Amino acid sequence: MNRLQRAEHRLGWLLCAPAAAAMLLVTAYPILYALWLSLFRYDLRFPEHRKFVGFSNYTEVLTSEVWWQAMTNTLVITAISVAFELILGLALALLMHKAAWGRRTVRTAVLIPYAIITVVAALAWKFAFDPITGFVNALLDLEISWFTQRGPALFVIIFTEIWKTAPFMALLLLAGLTLIPDDLIKAARVDGANAWQRFSKVTLPLMMPTIGVALLFRTLDALRIFDSVYVQTRGAQDTETVSIVAYNTLIVRLNLGLGAAVAVLIFCTMMAIALLFLKSFGPAFARSPGGRP
Amino acid sequence: MYCRSGFNFCLLLLLAGALTAAAGCRHVEDRQTPALAWYVFNEPSGAFLEAAKDCTERSAGRYRIVLTPLPPDADPQREQLVRRLAAKDADIDIIGMDVIWTSEFAEAGWVLPWPELSAKQVTSGRLPVTVASATYRDRLWAAPFTSNAQLLWYRRDRVNKPPATWDELIEQAEALGKAGTFQIQGQRYEGLTVFFVSLLASAGGSILDTAGNAVALDRPSTVATLALMKRLAQSPAADIALDTAREDQARMAFETGQPVFMVNYSYVWHSAQRNAPKVASEMAVARWPAVYRDRPSRVAAGGLNLGIGAFSRHPQLAFAAAECLASKTNQIRAAVKSGLPPTLEALYDDPEVRRRFPFADVLRETLRDATLRPKTPAYNDISLAVGRTLHPLHAIDPEKDAVNLHQAITRALHSEGLL
Repeated sequence: MNRLQRAEHRLGWLLCAPAAAAMLLVTAYPILYALWLSLFRYDLRFPEHRKFVGFSNYTEVLTSEVWWQAMTNTLVITAISVAFELILGLALALLMHKAAWGRRTVRTAVLIPYAIITVVAALAWKFAFDPITGFVNALLDLEISWFTQRGPALFVIIFTEIWKTAPFMALLLLAGLTLIPDDLIKAARVDGANAWQRFSKVTLPLMMPTIGVALLFRTLDALRIFDSVYVQTRGAQDTETVSIVAYNTLIVRLNLGLGAAVAVLIFCTMMAIALLFLKSFGPAFARSPGGRP
Repeated sequence: MYCRSGFNFCLLLLLAGALTAAAGCRHVEDRQTPALAWYVFNEPSGAFLEAAKDCTERSAGRYRIVLTPLPPDADPQREQLVRRLAAKDADIDIIGMDVIWTSEFAEAGWVLPWPELSAKQVTSGRLPVTVASATYRDRLWAAPFTSNAQLLWYRRDRVNKPPATWDELIEQAEALGKAGTFQIQGQRYEGLTVFFVSLLASAGGSILDTAGNAVALDRPSTVATLALMKRLAQSPAADIALDTAREDQARMAFETGQPVFMVNYSYVWHSAQRNAPKVASEMAVARWPAVYRDRPSRVAAGGLNLGIGAFSRHPQLAFAAAECLASKTNQIRAAVKSGLPPTLEALYDDPEVRRRFPFADVLRETLRDATLRPKTPAYNDISLAVGRTLHPLHAIDPEKDAVNLHQAITRALHSEGLL
């Protein structure tokens, strides 16, 4: 690193400082406060009973069946929806990239589901899957009461999630696609690579950093799933997710200590998953265009 | 782009300024006629709005009541209120309280106890169960305003004699045929607790002991209740969507004309007359079915009481205003316009009220025998525990779940563990 580079480096940090300070203020304080709260028995309804209990809130959560059931549900929903979103998102991104005419229309049409508020989308699909008023059963000639059994209910929740966020995935991947130099594709074509080879040997490897980012974003987002579950089943039929557990404990039961422990545990899970991603996609991130070597 | 966002920012600033100014205006007016904010669910017919106007006029300039609408469902209403009250919001003067909030709000110090004199005033002539619903630790915390209880609705063209017990109901419904013949509430939500409490009380049991400090749930009545719930859910005459059925799903199903029985609140009567006159003309009503023939059913009473926010700037005026809002004229208004049954017992003989509730006698009888949901600050925890243990109804194991329920509710009562 020469002097010029070092000066530039310092300037970079200086320019980032205000944003970093603001971030610390609005994120670090609540996180630390939640950590602090999670060490107390503290119910808003009985404020005078507040007392320090150490880590007993954590043992209570971690030994609870409710927590592990919710965690399993959350991971199932996340894994399935993110996998499908990746495939669908990639297909949509290629479509948007390749569209010769009406490019704007195609892009807008693809993005509409993402522009719809999650609660509204969840309600709309809830009505669609309703056995009496919905159209899904009639259309497919089925007679399923979707929200009264675990499997079908999870299916609708995951379906809503995919329908809603696949466009977001597509948008992120499209950004990656446009970064691939046309020359490379042309060169591959000259060398005699067919369409599949061009996609799997040139496009896909070059998109790895983008795919990594997109997967990371969506996984962290999907782990926090709340709206669809709250609207469609309220967590019944064993479809509860960790966010619903946190909501029930904090907002409904006003149990700040226990609820904070749940929130902190969710935070730790997210951190662990983010670190895992960075480790496995780390080299890819480093290779990303414009990234530091 | 930058210009645009700059412009937007200015607009935002202007708006913020205007809002602050508006808020300021309110305080200026405050000094002349104190405004009392009445936090209550958004009543669609305008009966509450009229009541507020009426009392404002009657106060002759001492106060004016301003309505602050809350969501239509009890759960989100409570969530909004408790968040504000826990933060000591001084803007809340009068609270339209669901009967199940009394203990919680009183214990947390979010509402004020009523002074003895006006307590006497707002409880005289009221149905005892409605007064009990507003009482906690021998003090009155709210003025009983409206009441409610479930009844059994049935089709008189298909049933000669309404079933007196649940066993009879299941028998008749299964003889009549297909799924959806009877409509009950089976979703995992607070209404399931209402259903459970009503059945349990009808069977002679209760969730908590009389002091409200320990779990009662005696074994025979609990097991009998759970077995009955399971039988209802497994009956071929139950709705296929029972596990997600709430009051309104039951109402809508009944209005299609297919179901024969439904347990539901009195609003379904008016609704059927407007939406399904054909069904309404054949609609009849009886008391909720009993569990045992020799023991009348005991339904959990609902309703709305008026409490005074503990951080109110004008508590004395708020007490006076709430007393006016819960007075006879306004109870008649709420009954006639909005279909909320009164708490004043004598009003069940009032011709205007009887026109709106032709079944006033059945309703009054039901309310005289009614029970209350567990009176404890941890009611919400208990309700979550009930829902988690008993839902879905068809999968109940009476013997095992009686034990599970006992454990879950004990933990809920001490606000321990996840629910």
